[in-house]
Amino acid sequence: MAMEVRAEMVANVWKVVVAQGDSVADGDTLVILESMKMEIPVLAEGDGTVAAMHVSEGDVVQEGDVIAVIE
Amino acid sequence: MFETVLVANRGEIARRIIRTVQRMGLKAVAVHSEADAKLPYVREADESVAIGPAAPAQSYRDVEALLEAARQTGAKAVHPGYGFLAEDAAFARRVQKAGLVWVGPSPEAIEAMGDKIRARNLVAEAGVPVSRGTTRPVGDVEEAVRSAHDIGYPVMVKASAGGGGMGMAVAGDEGALRVELERVRGFAQRMFGDPSVLLERFFPRVRHVEVQVLGLADGRVVALGERDCSVQRRNQKVAEETPSPAVTPELREQLFAAAVRAAEAVGYRNAGTVECLLDADSGEVVFLEMNTRLQVEHPITEMVTGIDLVEQQLLVAAGRPVTFDPDAVPAAGHALELRVNAEDPVRFLPGPGLITAWEEPHGPGIRVDAGYTVGNTVTPHYDSLMAKLVVHGADRAEALDRARAAVAAFRVEGPKCNLPFFAELLVHPEFVSGDYDTGIVARMRV
Repeated sequence: MAMEVRAEMVANVWKVVVAQGDSVADGDTLVILESMKMEIPVLAEGDGTVAAMHVSEGDVVQEGDVIAVIE
Repeated sequence: MFETVLVANRGEIARRIIRTVQRMGLKAVAVHSEADAKLPYVREADESVAIGPAAPAQSYRDVEALLEAARQTGAKAVHPGYGFLAEDAAFARRVQKAGLVWVGPSPEAIEAMGDKIRARNLVAEAGVPVSRGTTRPVGDVEEAVRSAHDIGYPVMVKASAGGGGMGMAVAGDEGALRVELERVRGFAQRMFGDPSVLLERFFPRVRHVEVQVLGLADGRVVALGERDCSVQRRNQKVAEETPSPAVTPELREQLFAAAVRAAEAVGYRNAGTVECLLDADSGEVVFLEMNTRLQVEHPITEMVTGIDLVEQQLLVAAGRPVTFDPDAVPAAGHALELRVNAEDPVRFLPGPGLITAWEEPHGPGIRVDAGYTVGNTVTPHYDSLMAKLVVHGADRAEALDRARAAVAAFRVEGPKCNLPFFAELLVHPEFVSGDYDTGIVARMRV
């Protein structure tokens, strides 16, 4: 089953930690966002494989934007 | 005395500085980025200059743009506020070289305290207690592992050039140290342009207690009181109080003496803050760092002393005597500061947005230092601080009562807002007892 990981706020994508095809475990950091001088790690909410990464470093994401899809 | 002061900052602190500048009969010049043109501080200044786009590097951190704004407006002094270029020695030098008065400590003092390892070695030599840690930046990972073994786990991995709770991590064992070292190094390189990292002993249960100092024009250094800043999330302060419930009169005497010695070690002039860690279990105090600027939480010291710290900063910078008797610093009652941030009250994630409602509380002992008002937009370009709610009472119980009422009366709609967190904090048994430490917010969220 595919899980969409979405941005919870407007932010800059500081670091993309995983790539498409990587396997991830619950709690792994997928990307690190930066907003209002804060680093905000976005974590996997379950085990799986990264089916798609929708952001690159330097992108700006809006609240609700899909960051990654985990299968 | 200089007649016009350029305030090289934004938001609540710019507004607060402008207020004192004008009360002293001087003229205040505001600078603003494109994103901040409509904020109250811009309107309230005697004159304002647009200095560039939203990105801080092209506006509030753009030295040329700031100096040009001073030249254009005939400003003869520069107050940097906090953050941005406030602790940038090169900027202080440029200001002085341009023939302007720098409202802050000397560039040499900023440099000496800005490098954390150097600062710790320097104050240790002056007889100030410091925690066990590396006395120079750690080279490679293997050296870090050896140092950590000598210091004893858990250790704090800290960017030498860091601040504001950024660029630090705790490592409980060697494995964690190897991971955190790389992480903090990478972060420090990117954020501060300096990958140096130091290791320090990590205290599991500590309070963060700091001392407000003021170096006078005649060379004396005075301690104006302590602040307890142990309510933190993400290693950043969200609520502060003075006096500290954990500081006894004997401990206060020790703390003040240590803070004065630390400041004297660098010939400190103007306002500064000596930050210490207080081991909640043993009562041991160690030097953490010195912030060579006006602190965000300075208003609580103003509330109990009745001293306007910005006024003293301007007087000291002008080579004048201060407005109070340095041998008899007044202290009355208890004060709290709550940082009203554009962040959710549960996970503390930032949430900017248009402010659709803004009603500040009023009443005895209530002071609000706000950077925004209704109709303004909180943007993601800067930190999430919208306002500081500062409350004074005859004692801690009265201050807490007034703070509860003020939090309930403060209405902010639009951006996310952490006011509900403060409603919770102010009735939380641990906070109400006064016997809390820097882990309190994490425990409230378990």
